[in-house]
Amino acid sequence: MLHAIGWVPLFPLLGFLVLVFVRMPARLAAWVGCGSVGISALVVFASALMYLQAPPEDGYQAITYGIWMSIGNFQPAFSVYVDTLTLIMLSIITGVGFLIHVYSAGYMVDDDGYARYFAYLNLFIAAMSVLVLADNLLLLFLGWEGVGLCSYLLIGFWYRDPENGAAARKAFVVTRIGDTAMTIGFLLLFAHFSTVNIPAILAAVVNADTTDTDVYVLIGLLLLGGAVGKSAQLPLQTWLPDAMAGPTPVSALIHAATMVTAGVYLIARLHPIFVQAPLAMHAVAWVGLLTLLLAGCSALVQVDIKRILAYSTISQIGYMFLGLGVGAWSASIFHLMTHAFFKALLFLSAGTVIFCLHHKQNIFDMGGLRTRMPLTFISFVIGCGSLASLPYITSGFYSKDEILLGAYNSGEALVFWGGVAGALITAVYSFRLLFIVFFGDPHTTPDKSPSLNMQVPLVLLGILSVLGGAIHLPLQNVLPLGTHEDSAHDHTPISVLLAVIPLLGVALAWFLFKRGRLGSAAWGQAQGAPSLVSFWRKGWAFDQLYDGLLVRPFVALANFNKKDVVDALYHGITQLAQWLHFQVSHTQTGNVRWYAGAMVFGVTLLTSAVVFL
Amino acid sequence: MNAANIPLDHLMLLACLIFVIGLVGIMTRRNVLYILMSLEIVLNAVCLAFVAAGAHWGEADGQIMFLLILTLAASEVSVGLGLILQIHRKHDTLDMDRLKELKG
Repeated sequence: MLHAIGWVPLFPLLGFLVLVFVRMPARLAAWVGCGSVGISALVVFASALMYLQAPPEDGYQAITYGIWMSIGNFQPAFSVYVDTLTLIMLSIITGVGFLIHVYSAGYMVDDDGYARYFAYLNLFIAAMSVLVLADNLLLLFLGWEGVGLCSYLLIGFWYRDPENGAAARKAFVVTRIGDTAMTIGFLLLFAHFSTVNIPAILAAVVNADTTDTDVYVLIGLLLLGGAVGKSAQLPLQTWLPDAMAGPTPVSALIHAATMVTAGVYLIARLHPIFVQAPLAMHAVAWVGLLTLLLAGCSALVQVDIKRILAYSTISQIGYMFLGLGVGAWSASIFHLMTHAFFKALLFLSAGTVIFCLHHKQNIFDMGGLRTRMPLTFISFVIGCGSLASLPYITSGFYSKDEILLGAYNSGEALVFWGGVAGALITAVYSFRLLFIVFFGDPHTTPDKSPSLNMQVPLVLLGILSVLGGAIHLPLQNVLPLGTHEDSAHDHTPISVLLAVIPLLGVALAWFLFKRGRLGSAAWGQAQGAPSLVSFWRKGWAFDQLYDGLLVRPFVALANFNKKDVVDALYHGITQLAQWLHFQVSHTQTGNVRWYAGAMVFGVTLLTSAVVFL
Repeated sequence: MNAANIPLDHLMLLACLIFVIGLVGIMTRRNVLYILMSLEIVLNAVCLAFVAAGAHWGEADGQIMFLLILTLAASEVSVGLGLILQIHRKHDTLDMDRLKELKG
């Protein structure tokens, strides 16, 4: 009966096709869009229950539906690989995805491209399910590029504004850099193991000779390249803040909850390669650490509500990478799940605020919304609490706690203390957002109230964000026992520290932004801000760096070679032919006697050639 | 005088001579009627060559070829004269150098 899981990508795909090819009223489009994902979610939950009741003996089940292509011995199949990691990812994708679809039905209600929006969203769910279900690298790549395409389409959803199109292109091109590295990594894997089947590769890696790890280091670093592109980590993080140009539910689904965590999934899925290559593991941990600190600092000073959340997403995925890098595998996946809950909640709450304040996004235009939008306020408190990982009552605490414990047990003191500092920054920026938006003096009055289908997902995600920490993920058969599960040491002082840090951050935010003057609108102005603030606000000026280092030289080169040197040869051939043609066409005078003479001349020439040569 | 006594070379030289005369006529004459007549001379030169060669080898093929060319020449002249008549009516001239409308 687990075979039914193959239907999970098909329902949204069918929904996509129907929405694209059939014209229908907006209400029906919403039903098709939400319904297809809802059915998929039900299939996933049923499959998960079935799987947990009777888990297969070797920890996973592979189901083949058909051969994709057949080239000699190379036969990648439409086959899925079901284990608990797959099921967890699928539950997040379809579950959170369904809630965001329902929310979108309310949020996008005034938009012209209603059916187009749901078509893209459905295609995204289909591609993302393929990505996590795939049991060979080729199918995984199909899903990987599919979600990239949907991300591009949805960032540029309001395509009439050229800025949105530029943001979409930027996201596509920057992730493409990572994808190229990943493709090379996949090809190396294929060259090394002569198969694209993931279980076969992993088994070969586990049984391989451990003395020669160079190739694993190389492959690991290349795969990390793909992961940092998709998951917006250093140095390819620049696309995610701009990706906020898309509709807010899209930011919640694609650029917070699911797609950007694909990199984490990729590394977790192929973890034996990284276990064999300690250097690649270190690289993952350090990429995560640097990203979470850099993005945290940038989030501290942003003034656009969605950009704050974007930087916090980059920072939280940094935590996941840190966890993967120190070997706290299941903790990372746990954080992936809780992050999907609370970040989707935060984005949808922010969306509600934006929706009700007629699309204002500057947090200094908001203020005092606590009494006017109580439900949104409560969801925001839960979301920010989870993001800041307030101890014991939020899900974010449990997952971040596990990651940092893993870092502590791995013995990498620098990584651990960096992560702790990041936790402090996280608490400060999340509560800065809360204080500025919901407390203080009101600047704008909400003129709309969210509809019921916007409120219900908020409530459900709020419940998940609180209770999600209690879920125990059954990952012990899939991922190796993490460093965080090592119970030989006494963790009490560290646990106390990790519980105190967020509270300290909240207190700091209170003094700085609620009592202090840093919460005033003057600090929101780009001018007059201290240079460090504007430097952080620009995201450590990475955009400017890449612009000067890569974009400008490339554009200059393209301008220089406008005429294309390679084309010159072919262009020359056509020009020569044309010139000859014009020369010969002069002989066509229309004079019959001239023609006769030419004929005689030609015949004489040919005859003499035959006779004398 | 017996025709068989004339050497083939002489006949061929004569045929060539007539052929060249016709050819020069085609290339130098401007009146289209004279061009048509020069064409007839060229054809007759070829006929002469065929007949002479046939006589030399004692074969009938040359004379058959001559009959064929005669028919061809007759039909060619009738079509050609018809065309010339039309050209004259339309353009009121038979000067080939002035009829250059097909210039590329």
